[in-house]
Formats: sequence, C-alpha cells, structure tokens
Amino acid sequence: MEQGPAGGSGPAAAGTGGLLLSLSETEQQRYSELFSRCCPPPEAAAGGSSVGELFRASQLPPDTLHQITEVCGAKRVGYFGPAQFYIALKLIAAAQSGFPVRIESIKNELPLPRFMALKNDSEVRYGTPAEFHGVKFQVPHATLEKNSYKRTDEGDKQEPKSPPMSPICSPPASPSTYQRIPLSYGYGKARSGLEQQHGAPYEVRHSTHQQDGPSSGNYGAKSALSSSTPNRSLSVEREQQDSSSQYSDDPWRITEEQRDYYINQFRSLQPDLNAFISGSVAKNFFTKSKLPIPELSHIWELSDVDCDGALTLPEFCAAFHLVVARKNGYQLPETLPETLLPEFLQAACLKPVRDCALFDSHAEPLPGSQQPRDFGRTEKSSAEEVPDNSALLQDGKKDDKQAPKVSTTLKTIPKEFQHLTVKAAAQEPSALRARPRSRSYSSTSIEDAMKKGEEPPTPPPRPQKSHSRASSLDLNKIFQQNTQAARSGWLPPPPPALPPRPSASQTEQPSEVELQPQMNRTPSQAEENSSAKKEVVLAQPPSKPARRKLRTEAQGLETPELSPSINVTSSLPAVKPHLPVQKQSSKQKRAIQTAIRKNKEANAVLARLNSELQQQLKEVHKERIALETQLEQLRPVTVL
Amino acid sequence: PSQCGLFCCQNYPLYIRSVPTENELKFHYTVHTSLDVVDEKISAMGKALVDQRELYLGLLYPTEDYKVYGYVTNSKVKFVMVVDSSNTALRDNEIRSMFRKLHNSYTDIMCNPFYNPGDRIHSRAFDTMVNSMMMQVC
Repeated sequence: MEQGPAGGSGPAAAGTGGLLLSLSETEQQRYSELFSRCCPPPEAAAGGSSVGELFRASQLPPDTLHQITEVCGAKRVGYFGPAQFYIALKLIAAAQSGFPVRIESIKNELPLPRFMALKNDSEVRYGTPAEFHGVKFQVPHATLEKNSYKRTDEGDKQEPKSPPMSPICSPPASPSTYQRIPLSYGYGKARSGLEQQHGAPYEVRHSTHQQDGPSSGNYGAKSALSSSTPNRSLSVEREQQDSSSQYSDDPWRITEEQRDYYINQFRSLQPDLNAFISGSVAKNFFTKSKLPIPELSHIWELSDVDCDGALTLPEFCAAFHLVVARKNGYQLPETLPETLLPEFLQAACLKPVRDCALFDSHAEPLPGSQQPRDFGRTEKSSAEEVPDNSALLQDGKKDDKQAPKVSTTLKTIPKEFQHLTVKAAAQEPSALRARPRSRSYSSTSIEDAMKKGEEPPTPPPRPQKSHSRASSLDLNKIFQQNTQAARSGWLPPPPPALPPRPSASQTEQPSEVELQPQMNRTPSQAEENSSAKKEVVLAQPPSKPARRKLRTEAQGLETPELSPSINVTSSLPAVKPHLPVQKQSSKQKRAIQTAIRKNKEANAVLARLNSELQQQLKEVHKERIALETQLEQLRPVTVL
Repeated sequence: PSQCGLFCCQNYPLYIRSVPTENELKFHYTVHTSLDVVDEKISAMGKALVDQRELYLGLLYPTEDYKVYGYVTNSKVKFVMVVDSSNTALRDNEIRSMFRKLHNSYTDIMCNPFYNPGDRIHSRAFDTMVNSMMMQVC
C-alpha cells in the first residue's frame, strides 16, 4: 500500500525536517479532502477552528490532541499547513489504533483516522472512496451546520454508539413518525437542513450521532406526514428535548411534547387512560418499531415495573421512551432510570389524564379512602385525585362495600369491561391494581375476570359462596328475573361487574330506574330483602317516593327491558303533562333516546349494584342469625 | 461452586448457570442426569395427590461432592440446583427460599409478552438475580 511519495508526502517531508512520510492512496485522498474541508483553498493553511473541530471529532482525549499538534509541527510553525495536517491525521490514526503519539508510529501502516462526532460521520468511518466522501462532506456539512453547532456547543457529548442498527434508515418508508408532535418539533430548525438533505443521497445508516437521528426523523416525518399511521416513532424529540427542556443533559427525561405524544398513542390503543394495555397489544405495537425482539424484551422488563404483563400509562410512556432512545442509538440501561419510574411519571402523566378522565366516563368510581388502606404506593395518591375530583360518593354503604379490596387481578378486568360500556367500572379496578407482588393468574376469559372482579366488594374478606359469580350475565336476564322473582322468589344472580358510582348528574334518572327493579322485588321477596331494599330506597334522594307511584303504574304493564325506557317516557309526560303532543319532534325523540340509552346503562349498573348489595345483606343477615344463635347457646352456660 | 438449571417440560434447558464457571461441563452433566430423578419423583407423586402437590422436591441426589435439589412448577418447569457438599451450613429452608425466588423471577419473565415459553431465557434481570443468589451460596 505504501507508494512512492506523491504530492502529499513532499510537503510532509519538508515539514518534518526530512521525515519521509509515505501515504497510501486512500490515505492521501482522505487527507486531502479533510484538508480542503478545513482549509478552503486557495489558503495554504487550514483554519484553526475547523481543524480543532475535526480533531475533537476524533474522540481522542485533549491531551493526546495537544500532543499530536506538537508533534506534527503545527505548534512550531504556528499554523496547520498541509504537511502538518497530514502528519496530524496520521498521528490521530495512530492514536486511535493505540499507538503512542510519536513520529515513529506514523511510519507504520495505519487505518484511516476515524472522526466520530461529525455530522457526516457514518461515511467517514467506513472509509469509502473519496468522491463519494467529498460529495457527502460538502453538502450535508453545509446544511447541517446549524444543527451541528448546537451539538458541538454542548461540549461534544459523545453518546455511546451502539452497533449499527437499521431502524433509522427505514424511516421514510417505515410507518411513521410522530404525527402530532412532530412537526412542532425542531421543525423550524431542521427544515432548512431537510430541504437540502432531501436531495443528498444521505443514507443514514445508523445514527452514530443524534443529528442523524433527528434529521432523518424529521425527514421521515415529512414524508410520512400524509400517512396516517402514527406508529413507530423516531428520534425527533431527542433534539427538541435538548434544546427546549431544562433537563437537556438527561436523555431519560420525557419532555412535555413527548409525553403528550405517548399519551395519544396510549389512547389509540386503549381509550381509557387509567386502564392498562395488555401484553399482547403492547407487543404488537412495539414490534412495529422494528427493534429486535431481545431488545424489546429488555425494554419491557425495564418498564413493566410491577411485572404484571400489562402497561399502565406511565409504564407505557417509559417503554415508549426507551424505544425512542434505542432507535436513536442510545444503549439501553441496565435498570430503569429514575426519571422513567412510574411514580415519577405518574404525577406528570395524570395531569392531562385527569381532564380526559373527567370527560371520558360519566360515572367515576372510587372513594379515595380505600386506596391508602390497600396500597401504599405513592403513585396511587395521584390516581386517587382523579376519581376524587369527579367521583361522587353516594352512600357510605358503597364505600364499605368497595373499601377493602383484596383483588389481585383487576388488571384484566378493565379490558373486558370496555365492551360493557361501563367505563367507570373499568377505571375503578384499574386504579386499584397496585399491589406489591400479586400474580395475575386469571385467564383472559370474561368469566374469570368477572369472578375476580367480584371478590373485592366484600367488606369482610370471607369466601363468597353465594357470590359465586361469574358467568357473564345477560342484562336482560337480570331484568327478567326481576319480574320473575315475583313468581319464583329467586334472587337474581350476582352482578358480573364492579358497580361504579353513578355520577351526580345521573342520580335522578338512575335512581328512578333503580327503583324499578326494587319495586319488582318488593312484592315477592322475603322480609329481609324487602327491609334491605327499603333501606336502600330510603337512602335515595327523597324525590323517589314521588316517582314511585309512576313506576308502579308503569311496571305492571311493561316487560322489563322496555320498562326503563318506558318509565322515562312515562315519567316525562307525567311530569310535564302539558307538553303538547305535536312537540314530539325528532329532536325530542333523539333526546329521549339518548336519555333512554343512558338510563339503560345506568340502570344496568345500578341493578348489578343492587343485587350485589342484596347478596351481601343476605349474608350479613345469615351471619347475624348465626351469631345470635351462638349467643343463645352460650348464655345459659354463663348464667350457670 | 454451584449451579442452577431451569428446564422446560420437555426437559430441554431454558437456562443454565454455573458459578464459578470452571468444570461447567461436569455440572451440566449432573444437572441433566438429575432430571431423571425429578421425573421419577413427579410421576410418583402425581398419582397420589394432584391438588396438594409439593413444588419443592428436596434433595434429589447426594454424592460425595455435591448435593442436588429439585423443584417443579405446576406447568412442569423444573428447577435444579447443584450445591457443593462442603456447604453444610446450607439449610433446607434456604434452598426452598432460593427456589421460591427462582420461581418468582421465572413468573416475571413469563409476564413479558416478548418472551415465548420454551425460549431460552436471556433476561438480564433474571441473570442478576441468579448470580446474586448463587454468590451467596458459594
């Protein structure tokens, strides 16, 4: 490879006082490009700053660089002439290969010096032919100046470079980038770079440098903008994060925009922000990022802190953030960084969540009191706030019932409950899921989920024999049984779901509706039930008694399913008898229909609640009876 | 020196780790042969009581150099632990707790949706746990 001295070696020889420096052809080409880069002709000497930059990019320690500058003679002559420059480059190569910085070492054959942190580094590293390099150097260099300066200003932070990964290079073709976030992002900054890059054959092989990441990410964002698959994300936030956030040094902190994006993504997978994303759903989602499975597995391990096979919103944000970081070339940490812990994220995550939660569900569950009792986890404290703000605690009864939840597997429940259209129920169990080490042994079947969902409401943690729940109940069955109860005297089976608390706005109508099953039962049930019901009934707002009469009239006539709707309709005309018939415009009908629907839902919920309460009441009565008999038995003994 | 192995129900290894790493082959051999003993035990027990099956199998096979302990989960995943006989201080309870820890870590791995049952286990968290556990024993 060593060839006879060409132009490069002549000056080299002259510069070092007789040292014959022979450069291989590739070396020569390389060095001359680098030189012309640092020193635009026709000047004879390279500019100090660009040389300095180049040297720093070689990732050698500053002392070594100083040494190199001295040895190559630039210090002596005061400038970086071609000779000095070439020698310096050779010395850099030597240093990078582990040789000491001496003149002698450059006599060996050395690989090309590597300059890591430069924008167009990927090409530099691979040492491809000159023209190719030359083109790449000039074009991207100029366009990325803006971005690069920011980088170098940060003190040449050299992030650990992971082995070449394909992720970034697929971006323009691959699904996505952030749609919403994206563009606010560094767009103004990178746009100019983008336009020009667009033309350059800039194959970002692998983001050896974050610049590449964000740039190509933005590029991808532009091209993917029209696409509607906001799935896998790219780097974008990285850059923005550094510039906008005050935690610019910490790659593991999630910025506001990132968080919003993650929350939106979460929403696309799981509309209820307080519930979980199951393992399989999350797996599909993260697999789209095209990271290798072992890495995704590791990311999951890191982010699923409670090891339950599902991701809550903060866990999801952490996982997503790790994926983003990984795609940007960061090595995955061994343990989850502090800023990605769920507790840390929960507080921040819940703020936007809270607003959404308010709108999402019309019936917020959960008394705040339960949670401290059950779970010592701090994250729950913020979760409590959410229900507290919007939840309406109605009876103390409901409180007791739901208070000591010993549930272990409520996580699977919210998923099932989604299609029960009772979001409140979903929120309730989900917020309760925190427990140090509970294994979720439930299958994904509804029956199991419901089974477990029912365990919690019992105040004394006794085995609920009569509560044996489970099989998914038809709502119709409940109502039919309500009427049939008159004949068979059989209690309706326990409710399949955790009854949420109806919101205040709904109290009117649900309470109306609730009366209806009660009314069905009172004539038929045993005394204890009727007394229980009366208690429940009395607890309701006093307006009920007035409506009761309306109900009883309506009830005898209609079938159960229709009764709720008919009650509403019958009550409406009854309440406003002066409504002329012609006012039944379609608008009113629609309103009535929506009211009917709401009532039906609330009705179902309350019916379940009711039946469950009654079950409990029955049990409590049984226990009471048992205790009383015991007392009776004991009494004569003590007397004696 | 000790070794820890995890085998799936078809008896191929999901995870084997030795501390220290010399003589590893001998340990591998020991662990594999002890699988036979494990199978024998669970087939014997299985007929008697299916519900109350004890997961911890106890000392499977003592030789002059080392002792082998076994544990099987309800899904027929077998854990085998080989410890040096010179460790007389090691009590049964400690072995039980070690198996319990292994079992818990194993369940954590199963919770990971990216883990397919039957794959070799590459989890770093699991490795760390096993290493720390075995360091205590050695």
